[in-house]
Amino acid sequence: MIINDTKLPDLPPPASTSGVIGWLRINLFSTPFYSVLTLVVGYLLWSTLIPAFQWIFIDSDWVGDSRDACTSGGACWVFITVRLDQFIYGFYPESEYWRINILFGMLALLIAALIYEGTPKRGLIAAFTLVIFPIIAFYLLYGGSFGLMLVETHKWGGLSLTLVLALVGIVASLPFGVLLALGRRSQMSVVRSFCTVFIEMWRGVPLITILFMASVMLPLFTPEEIDFDKLLRALIGITLFQSAYMAEVIRGGLQAIPKGQFEAADALGLSYWKKMGLIVLPQALKIMIPGIVNTFIALFKDTSLVLIIGLFDLLAIVQAALSDPKWLGYSIEGYAFVAFVFWVFCFSMSRYSQYLELKLHTGHGAR
Amino acid sequence: MPSDVNKGVAPSSKPKFWNDPDKRALLFQILMILTVLGFFAYIISNALHNLETRGITTGFDFLSQSAGFEILLHLIPFDATFSFGRTFVVGLLNTLLVSFLGVILATMLGFIMGIARLSDNWLIRKVATAYIEIFRNIPLLLQILFWYVAVLQPLPMPRQSIEFGAAFLNNRGLYLPAPVFESGFSVVLIALAAAIAATVMLVRWNRKRQDATGQRFPVVWTSIGLLFGLPLLAYLLAGSPVSWDYPALTGFNFKGGATVIPELMALLIALSVYTGTFIAEIVRSGILAVSSGQSEAAQALGLSKNRTLSLIIVPQAMRVIIPPLTSQYLNLIKNSSLATAIGYPDLVSVFMGTTLNQTGQAIEIIFMTMAVYLTINLIVSMLMNIYNKRMALVER
Repeated sequence: MIINDTKLPDLPPPASTSGVIGWLRINLFSTPFYSVLTLVVGYLLWSTLIPAFQWIFIDSDWVGDSRDACTSGGACWVFITVRLDQFIYGFYPESEYWRINILFGMLALLIAALIYEGTPKRGLIAAFTLVIFPIIAFYLLYGGSFGLMLVETHKWGGLSLTLVLALVGIVASLPFGVLLALGRRSQMSVVRSFCTVFIEMWRGVPLITILFMASVMLPLFTPEEIDFDKLLRALIGITLFQSAYMAEVIRGGLQAIPKGQFEAADALGLSYWKKMGLIVLPQALKIMIPGIVNTFIALFKDTSLVLIIGLFDLLAIVQAALSDPKWLGYSIEGYAFVAFVFWVFCFSMSRYSQYLELKLHTGHGAR
Repeated sequence: MPSDVNKGVAPSSKPKFWNDPDKRALLFQILMILTVLGFFAYIISNALHNLETRGITTGFDFLSQSAGFEILLHLIPFDATFSFGRTFVVGLLNTLLVSFLGVILATMLGFIMGIARLSDNWLIRKVATAYIEIFRNIPLLLQILFWYVAVLQPLPMPRQSIEFGAAFLNNRGLYLPAPVFESGFSVVLIALAAAIAATVMLVRWNRKRQDATGQRFPVVWTSIGLLFGLPLLAYLLAGSPVSWDYPALTGFNFKGGATVIPELMALLIALSVYTGTFIAEIVRSGILAVSSGQSEAAQALGLSKNRTLSLIIVPQAMRVIIPPLTSQYLNLIKNSSLATAIGYPDLVSVFMGTTLNQTGQAIEIIFMTMAVYLTINLIVSMLMNIYNKRMALVER
């Protein structure tokens, strides 16, 4: 009798389920239908992406100062590089570019500090960013005091204007949004119905009509002596629009706070504003951050609509550059550049908000 | 010990009125109404004063004046002699046209991509993910301009049109053969109506039979057969009462057939591609929201994969999908107003743009336009609520 005490070594898994072939079989060719689909889609991708890649990177021209530099038949990025300053700073005087640079440098630092979880006193930094920083930003951008040259708003443009519109829109709409959301959940029927009508009205109409309204009707509604400039009118429209959306995000956050918190605050004898300010809103705001980031993404994309009322944001300034007779025919390059810039901003923000959502979901037993 | 404790006067049971929440609330609300009324009175008086100094008369009289401009695309007869009121209707119909087509295309694209994102096939999954992540992070206005300026305008002139069988694509638009219905065509329509009625009855009968006996009838295939077969049969019996009007090149442009103007094409592509990304995400999350226990239970009962999908997963997923889907439809309708950037004659472009510029009746026109969008919004949300009530889980 033969007894083998030593265990025989495991056989390797069959070749069809492991390694490259196994992966291909499982992921690309599992059924005949999928095999056909893989081949068709693969062919389509191959025949579009390779030429696109060549056009963008290999056959393209990057350096030069006029369209004569574009000789290799691919994308003419010279169009972008020559006008990059204008696309970023608009018609801002060149000697004052440092002001925009400092401003957005500061903003980047503040945001980095807010995102990084180890930063001490994040609450204080957030308050600074929301309250004091906008004031600094206004004096830095507009000038006219502290020995800075006055730069009128019609000279603002490009990416910096896009950022100004989006940031002012979000920061200004936050307090209105909080008030509207509280109002919509108020016990007082007049306040509640007023806030509901206000929110639903602005959410029910397209942003364009609001921008038109702000640019055409606002001058009619104010006394003749007061003259809003175009940018301010757009900002008022954007803020009205955005605060309605913000209110709904904040309402969602308020509804997520358990009833016990409200009741406990009432039991302690806190007044309405103390209850909201000390107990409810601090908890609600934390869970609302992903929602706020998402509305910010939407707003950031929507700022491109100011093109229609004649402001020169990033898209509008590129659009204007496309009709320059010296650079006719480079519309794909122009739009691709704008798309890339918007995409980088929006994609990174949406990733951040997804990360926050994941982080918030753990540790909350309720979900 | 503080002396006032024993001083005797029992605390009045009636608090001072500013400490009484009810009275305070009343006061606050009255103040709020007064403020709002005051605000409106202020802006209205300003507006009246400003209109007077600019010499603009208020009122809706302008709606009956003749418009004096042409509109690129009109679904109802229109030329420069028609009134401004007519421009409103033409613009509204154009908005509804692009919204309707956009909703259909975006839904198709969104469902395909949403399901593809959950596919077992790695390549399909990645393509769907790339589509969603790229197109939803680029502003819609940019996409519209891209399709219009960078893709459709550089197309060749009519003489060098790109041919797809009997259809032609050039920088003036897409020219398609148009069906011409002849006298016998009503037979086909009657057959179609009969087929629809039969299908409805079939579905009801099947439901009753299934409730009673548990047996299922292959409803889907029979309905498809009915809906296509019956009209086709009628069509053949009536001797093919449809002829086609083919577009043909005469002079510098095409004549005949149906034309899709490039503005409509660009707007439609951009709207459906952009909204499709959001719908895809909604579909994906809806399908994922059905817990895996449901499909496992269906498998345990011996249901086939298709039956699991159509009887277990889809009905439950739809309950999650429909509400956000409706709000995407509303977004699409509102976003169709971006048409004005490329000159597609929608409501905002024709009425709020051209008509406003010609008449200067800013207040009336802006209110009318906003009212249209608000009404559409209200109608859709009302339908939505009715649907939600019907679909809501009946909890015991």
